[in-house]
Amino acid sequence: MPEAPLLEVIDLAKHFPLGGGIFARPTAWVRAVAGVSFAVRRGERFGLVGESGCGKTTVGRLVLRLLEPTRGRIEFDGQNILALDRAAMGRLRRRMQIIFQDPYSSLDPRMTVEQIVTEPLRAGGEQRPRAERRCAAAALLEKVGLRASDLRKYPHEFSGGQRQRIGIARALCVRPELIVADEPVSALDVSVQAQVINLLQDLGEEFGLAFVFISHDLGVVQHLCERIAVMYLGAIVELAPVQRFSREPRHPYTEALLAAVPLPDPRRRSGRFAMEGDVPSPIDPPAGCAFHPRCRHALDRCRVETPPLIQAAEGHAVACWLNDGKGLEPKGGMGHGA
Amino acid sequence: MNTPLLGIEELSVGFDTPEGKARAVDRVSFALERGETLGVVGESGCGKSVTALSILGLVPSPPGVIESGAIRFENSDLIGSPPEALRRIRGRDIAMIFQEPMTSLNPVLPIGRQVAEPLMVHRGLNRKEALDQAAQWLERVKIPDARRRMGDYPHHLSGGMRQRVMIAMAMVCRPKLLIADEPTTALDVTIQAQILALMVGLKQEMGMSLLLITHNLGVVAQMAARVVVMYAGQVVEEAVVSELFGRPFHPYTRGLLRSMPDPAGRPDGGSRRLSEIPGIVPAITEAIVGCKFAGRCPHAFGRCREQAPGLFDIAGGQRARCWLSRFPERRRTDA
Repeated sequence: MPEAPLLEVIDLAKHFPLGGGIFARPTAWVRAVAGVSFAVRRGERFGLVGESGCGKTTVGRLVLRLLEPTRGRIEFDGQNILALDRAAMGRLRRRMQIIFQDPYSSLDPRMTVEQIVTEPLRAGGEQRPRAERRCAAAALLEKVGLRASDLRKYPHEFSGGQRQRIGIARALCVRPELIVADEPVSALDVSVQAQVINLLQDLGEEFGLAFVFISHDLGVVQHLCERIAVMYLGAIVELAPVQRFSREPRHPYTEALLAAVPLPDPRRRSGRFAMEGDVPSPIDPPAGCAFHPRCRHALDRCRVETPPLIQAAEGHAVACWLNDGKGLEPKGGMGHGA
Repeated sequence: MNTPLLGIEELSVGFDTPEGKARAVDRVSFALERGETLGVVGESGCGKSVTALSILGLVPSPPGVIESGAIRFENSDLIGSPPEALRRIRGRDIAMIFQEPMTSLNPVLPIGRQVAEPLMVHRGLNRKEALDQAAQWLERVKIPDARRRMGDYPHHLSGGMRQRVMIAMAMVCRPKLLIADEPTTALDVTIQAQILALMVGLKQEMGMSLLLITHNLGVVAQMAARVVVMYAGQVVEEAVVSELFGRPFHPYTRGLLRSMPDPAGRPDGGSRRLSEIPGIVPAITEAIVGCKFAGRCPHAFGRCREQAPGLFDIAGGQRARCWLSRFPERRRTDA
């Protein structure tokens, strides 16, 4: 009997109204997330990748119920979180935390590091005395590579990488089981990025944390995650274990995404194709498979019918009509860029 | 021997800050040959963008001051040039594109007019001729349905399309040098690939030189013939691209290359730690005796903290600002 997932998302959708006003009816809907399902096991690092506007950030917000979905179901540890009232949701938030991309705007400049790091404790109705909280915060700061003496400082006294460490300490403060990390290292320089990636990996292992990593950076996600879901225009188009992800991409979009990454190796230049066209608007997505206008393999069927996300191999799902819904043929174990 | 198209010699640029004088660019020298693509890489604050702005005389002053050095472009020193002469060179012989097209495009002017303007200013074309050439250029940079979109405003376009308009605007006068400062950093990876392919094509066609400034080592590896690595305002390494990626010398270059997660994924799929460069970049207001990287360098020894290293020749045009070139036995094999 497989272990029940920590997080399960079923047919989740979020449509944002466009135009209109307080009284007027919206003139259109942006289908930011159009029916997404996935599950994350305890302690698992799950990656959500895609380009801007694909809906990955909205999924992250929905999972934490920072946004209310238009439809769908979110279960955390077997509990339907959409049915919880405010107080119950507040208690549950201690078990799921978020780390944001921008280490500058996500920390209140008027709060000390101590106040920032212990905020989720206070928000969760923690009754422990202040001295004890401070002690816990100091220990956390050391855990993320800062000093206990930093507790009294303000965010502006830190570099971008250090601020991201503060954000991580804040997320860890309530000992969560799940962390949604939205582009946690995208604003950081390469050398600092490696420090923060290692820190997240170490802390994940130490505390048995499950992660939903949201990123546009395929290198970072492949480094950190065990399973990766690729989103395009509000839907998951492929979900694969990391070992398969770059070696046997089954969706043509995944293939194009991988081919577009400039490799830091001058011996492996070019020969890559630049996929034509822009991402279509989520207000008026193309009929059929949303990727078909940019797809070099598109069939007639792709223009009319939306392919469902189905299992193509063990643990590997794809939404593509090629090969009877199994997507691209694996290239006989050939690596990416070979 | 041919003189290079662009030669930067011992350029220093300072900024007045509340924390004191900051040296953003510290005696930077490099040259760019005709038709060559030179990559300048480094992390935020390393001085790469200020160096580029200096070439065009665009360093905001105050607080910025070019303290010393020379910037030779086709034998004239741009630093001493009167503003009028600089304006003529800018846009005609040297063009620049930036990371965020919205900051350089005029939001209230149709894109056709914006692309046509340099032709009227620098080439003396009349409005009709200029607009006609602008339309051709918009087609050339693959704006779909270009002629019909001449009247569109920048906000009608996606980020990738705006960057194409910027490129068209930079290219209309057929510059000898294009400076591209993080041209694809704000773009999604599939759009980045399109823009890079476009730049490669145009460069080959026009035979211009490209100075490509970026933090992205992948972009440099794919685009540049030669690379300059900057750290804390200084050039710390310079080499042809195959040497830089194949045999990096400076511990900072090595650290940077090793700290990147492999974008092609790991063969085993298992988790392993990335190699880190410990610590952070020193503040540019900090006065540092010796090598500026010594505080983060796994190989640093006494000399590194006492005396600043010069940019020493390694081999075949490779240069590195590192005492290990003089004391190779000090390189630790375990780091």
